[in-house]
Amino acid sequence: MAFQIIESCVNCWACQPLCPSEAIREAKPHFLIDARKCTECDGDYADPQCASICPIEGAIMDGSGAALNPPGSLTGIPPDLRAADTAAAPSG
Amino acid sequence: MPVAEEVPVELKVVSEAVSGDGASGCQAASCGSSGEQLGHLPAHIRERVFNHPCYSEQAHHHFARMHVAVAPACNIQCNYCNRKYDCANESRPGVVSELLTVDQAVKKTLAVAAAIPQMSVLGIAGPGDPLANPERTFATFRELTEKAPDIKLCVSTNGLSLPQHVEELCAHNLDHVTITINCVDPAIGARIYPWIFWNNRRIRGRKAAAILIEQQQKGLEMLVERGVLVKVNSVMIPGVNDEHLKEVSRVVKAKGAFLHNVMPLIAEAEHGTYYGIMGQRGPTAEELQGLQDACAGDMNMMRHCRQCRADAVGMLGEDRGAEFSLEKIETLEIDYEAARERRAAVQAAIREEMEAAHKPQVQTVAVPLSTLRRRVATRPVLMAVATQGGNVINQHFGHANEFLVYEASPAGVRFVGIRRTDQYCTGQESCDEGEGKLERVIRALEGCEAVLCARVGMTPWEALEEAGITPVVDHALAPIEEAVEAVYAEMAANGLAASSAQATA
Repeated sequence: MAFQIIESCVNCWACQPLCPSEAIREAKPHFLIDARKCTECDGDYADPQCASICPIEGAIMDGSGAALNPPGSLTGIPPDLRAADTAAAPSG
Repeated sequence: MPVAEEVPVELKVVSEAVSGDGASGCQAASCGSSGEQLGHLPAHIRERVFNHPCYSEQAHHHFARMHVAVAPACNIQCNYCNRKYDCANESRPGVVSELLTVDQAVKKTLAVAAAIPQMSVLGIAGPGDPLANPERTFATFRELTEKAPDIKLCVSTNGLSLPQHVEELCAHNLDHVTITINCVDPAIGARIYPWIFWNNRRIRGRKAAAILIEQQQKGLEMLVERGVLVKVNSVMIPGVNDEHLKEVSRVVKAKGAFLHNVMPLIAEAEHGTYYGIMGQRGPTAEELQGLQDACAGDMNMMRHCRQCRADAVGMLGEDRGAEFSLEKIETLEIDYEAARERRAAVQAAIREEMEAAHKPQVQTVAVPLSTLRRRVATRPVLMAVATQGGNVINQHFGHANEFLVYEASPAGVRFVGIRRTDQYCTGQESCDEGEGKLERVIRALEGCEAVLCARVGMTPWEALEEAGITPVVDHALAPIEEAVEAVYAEMAANGLAASSAQATA
């Protein structure tokens, strides 16, 4: 039972101090969750803390590889519009 | 981030205030220049903000400020913000290129303060929310309070965590806090904030907005009780909170905020924000000014905000951040004590110069155009001015990256805002110089009927005339208000201002 942070993480630090298991650490190119420490906040909080403050849709996955915050769930931006935007956006 | 335009205000005010008593009888809309910023403030508050470049259109030509990006985390989402911040070419709140540790931020601040002796203010404004990163924010403040006690500290917050941090804020060398308040009605808030993180849960919708609003208002009250100056920033979002901001202005004034800064929404699809992608437009310059005028009846309004980056360095409107990259400051050897003494000397001299320069202007601010009063009613006219400071027209048109906008009317001349020509990234096209600078400048001057500058070349002269903007160079080096008044009088004499009166009547 453990979550995973993937490359869309923007390294904003919001999750790191909230983790009751100290499972999250700063790393390059993005923050990481130590699978041996992560409890998914079971027994500590009603909701997993990292996924409750993370501002980036899709950046945190559960054990089955499903996004805890799926596309559109945080920003309200319809996923098809977001995809079009991502394709067109300047790289810098 | 908390839409830190900048951290705080004004110098022109120092002189305006002298005539402040008489301003109470004025119509709010026609007396904006004495009320536009700090004119109504008691002397002890003006004294506290006189050297703050963000609070003062005049001070910003003399004093410098910087933001350090030590606060990446945020506890709310705003529909005008994209947390994937990072574009080195952009200048707008929330955008930052290089996140700093506390040690790096302190080192950078001291390096900048040594290299730029005009530096008077250090702000923390993001790219997240400073109070959602309390350890980093307060550690930075603690060290700077100790190592550079002459530098004023500012913080700009969304307000959610403000009440719990008020005591600690008050323990530092901090006398301004900016709170971004976009609404006092949860139904409107639900259209601006999709969620907040509160008591270990993500809360959405109206409930989230209601909590945020309650915390903002409570934080505002607590700061005012403790004598901390509070400025309120609001983002004007047409169709969402534009009308409502008049109510916001009334409420925050009643609670003791000393200044209200209504800023235009910046929304482009390329920014990847909800508003940008969903096609929410920002206000026109005219709409922004209209709302600022409507709010000015109740509140000191800030009109010259440059909406800087969360890591801006230098004088307002310029960004020297690139000169102080981490790599560069590592190699600097700095005598901190000598730097502090130099700052004290340079800033004392600036203050003297400013005070001297402003004395004669007391009589000319909000000049009633007595010569025009007896004539037929003339409509208000907007004029743009190119200046490098000193309250005179002293910049070449082609060198100006921003213009001050004044409104001339039979009631007088007043400063109504600033138009920048290089501020917003509008995507690849503008980065590639797809649009010529001249076109951008002319677009930025929309609504202005004249532009007063020191000189202007032939090509822009013709382009300006074609766009219906009259270039005026007859008043080079003249005081701004007097020149605007003279140009307006000339327009009136030529029937210009009167002839189209029907159009606006």
